[in-house]
Amino acid sequence: MSRNNLLLIVGVIVVAAVIIFNLDMQVEDKKETVSFKPAVVFDMGGKFDKSFNEGVWNGVKKFTEETGIEVMEFEVTNETQREQAMRRMVDKGATVVLGVGFAQADAISKVAAENPNVQFSIIDVGWLDAPNLRQYVFKEHEGSYLVGIAAAKATKTGKVGFVGGQDIGLISKFACGYVGGVKSVLPNADIYENMTGSTPSAWNDPARGAELTRSQIDRGADVVYHAAGGTGVGVIQAAADAGKLAIGVDSNQNGLAPGSVLTSMLKRVDVAAYETFMDAKNGKFTSGVKALGIAEGGVDWALDENNESLITADIKSALEAAREAILSGSVTVHDYLTDQTCPY
Amino acid sequence: MQASRLPAYVDILVIPLLNLLTALFVAGIIIAIIGENPFTALSIMLKGAFIYKGGLGYTLFYTTNFIFTGLAVAVAFHAMLFNIGGEGQAAMGGLGIGLVALGLGGILPVPIVILLAIIGSAIFGAIWGVIPGYLQAKRGSHIVITTIMFNFIASSIMIWLLAGLLMAPNQMSPETVSFADGVMLFKIHQILNSMGFSVARSPLNLSFVLALLCCFAVWVLIWRTRFGYRIRATGFSTKASAYGGYRPEWIIILVMAISGGLAGMMAVNEILGVQHRVILNFTSGYGFTGIAVALMGRNHPVGIIFASLLFGALYQGGAELDFEFQTITRDMVIMIQGLIILFSGALAYMFNPFLERIFLANKGQKEPENG
Repeated sequence: MSRNNLLLIVGVIVVAAVIIFNLDMQVEDKKETVSFKPAVVFDMGGKFDKSFNEGVWNGVKKFTEETGIEVMEFEVTNETQREQAMRRMVDKGATVVLGVGFAQADAISKVAAENPNVQFSIIDVGWLDAPNLRQYVFKEHEGSYLVGIAAAKATKTGKVGFVGGQDIGLISKFACGYVGGVKSVLPNADIYENMTGSTPSAWNDPARGAELTRSQIDRGADVVYHAAGGTGVGVIQAAADAGKLAIGVDSNQNGLAPGSVLTSMLKRVDVAAYETFMDAKNGKFTSGVKALGIAEGGVDWALDENNESLITADIKSALEAAREAILSGSVTVHDYLTDQTCPY
Repeated sequence: MQASRLPAYVDILVIPLLNLLTALFVAGIIIAIIGENPFTALSIMLKGAFIYKGGLGYTLFYTTNFIFTGLAVAVAFHAMLFNIGGEGQAAMGGLGIGLVALGLGGILPVPIVILLAIIGSAIFGAIWGVIPGYLQAKRGSHIVITTIMFNFIASSIMIWLLAGLLMAPNQMSPETVSFADGVMLFKIHQILNSMGFSVARSPLNLSFVLALLCCFAVWVLIWRTRFGYRIRATGFSTKASAYGGYRPEWIIILVMAISGGLAGMMAVNEILGVQHRVILNFTSGYGFTGIAVALMGRNHPVGIIFASLLFGALYQGGAELDFEFQTITRDMVIMIQGLIILFSGALAYMFNPFLERIFLANKGQKEPENG
């Protein structure tokens, strides 16, 4: 009797499997041969992190809208997938692959060395060397200097805060530029600096970001700048809840809490993404390191309808003046990464 | 585990398949809701896991991780210990490999370094299992609580070391420098290619063989040795085991050492097989998934191999879904994996009453005189 039941069950499973496979005969592992096929590999934060990855995604979207060319995309979920994703993109016929973030440096240098005919580009990495690899670094210290000035002009207590993501040199670069900007206006300002953590998970911990922000506000800070990826959502929320001001980063975050975000330090990763694909499409792809600062349109501060009431004429003119000073070279903002120290 | 009155083949074959199909059915409904064809998605998942270039290699690579962590949970479970610390034990295993490979690489011959690194991973994992084991056996601290806590401690130690003392200079990721040349396990595709077969590149390496050897060793240990009998006796009843002359405390400690060692060896696959340097978070939740693997594999090595294969296929096939569909994001993939864990892990016995009615009713009709 149990044999009959067994046969019945096995039979049902076999029939189900056959149906599933037959319903889908049209799907093939197709590899088209086209001269241009772009691909992007987002990192762990995901393309909707409201920050770094989303900035890249905006650039990709703009490229697709203007050219009508679809960009293959992938979001990695574990360490092994970074390399796999790059290889998979190459296998699927990608002619240019964009890596997002320094965590992909190792994977991209391996895959780039194996595929000399494919163009690669990576954001936030400047220490690799390959003939088919373009690397983008940003002068975040310049943009942070600008928002530092805005913070110093907007604070009523003379105390401002900074919340970083992962405790690495790159984030110290943001912090140092910010401190420089604040002190250029208020030499005696108190600046509270906190890092969320020392691991990549610090990029995605809004609860901890909110906690750090509240403690800075308790100590008297009324403007808090974050450079913490997804964690920053918590920073902005906590500042808004307390009726204080936050400063966004990477993407334009003014709209996350309208009226509570003083401005955002724009790190135009979208420019890097857009430029990579456009250059590759037009045959103008070059390798080497590209440093994007204020002069190159790589960093800036954000002004839109969400924060125009917060940006007074005084703040605006100070920001414009600082911008001109950096452009003309009369002010040089110190880059923390050059000597691992901050002179401000 | 609750006593089942069902025939053995129903318990080990029909129920897991039924759970799997239910999970796929629910996942299919959701895929249909977002506007994709669920059959196409399922087929891409299967092809991605087994047929596409390199797909099988990746599937078996993930399978290797799950075999190690699944065995770790299963061994402990035979002594009725719920080891949730696979994640931390694997992380410490990675540290063991790193210390051996970075400390001795270039000094001793490569094969010896590799051997010592593997032993190092098992010892470090074992230590991380023994401490909670000792606390359970001698101090009565519940193993579930302590192993969870030890996951956090291991994670903090790894952060402290990798973002500090062991961090490679001139870059920003929390990771060590790469191991000396040759301190790695051969990849299966390299071996097969050198034998004349053409096989696509994948991270699958000799750890897979090590994992299968561990399965056999666990089978021998649990069912063919005196110590294995003691483990099972202690699992059934600590008091009876003590009455029988065994010392349950020592069995608990030793079982946790074996369990931790197996979990620690997961790092052999990730660190020695693929990364060739210690990185943060290489455990990626494999330690936790090992619980579901052991549960689905009914704590038997053969079952664990199949359950691991299923989860390996899910990981690799899931990634393939993300590659192929713009609408199916990685979050969808995690949801599908979650559904399968839910139905085959948490709700593993949901269909038992139903199946018992079918099978036992049948039995009742045919064998009334025996009752």
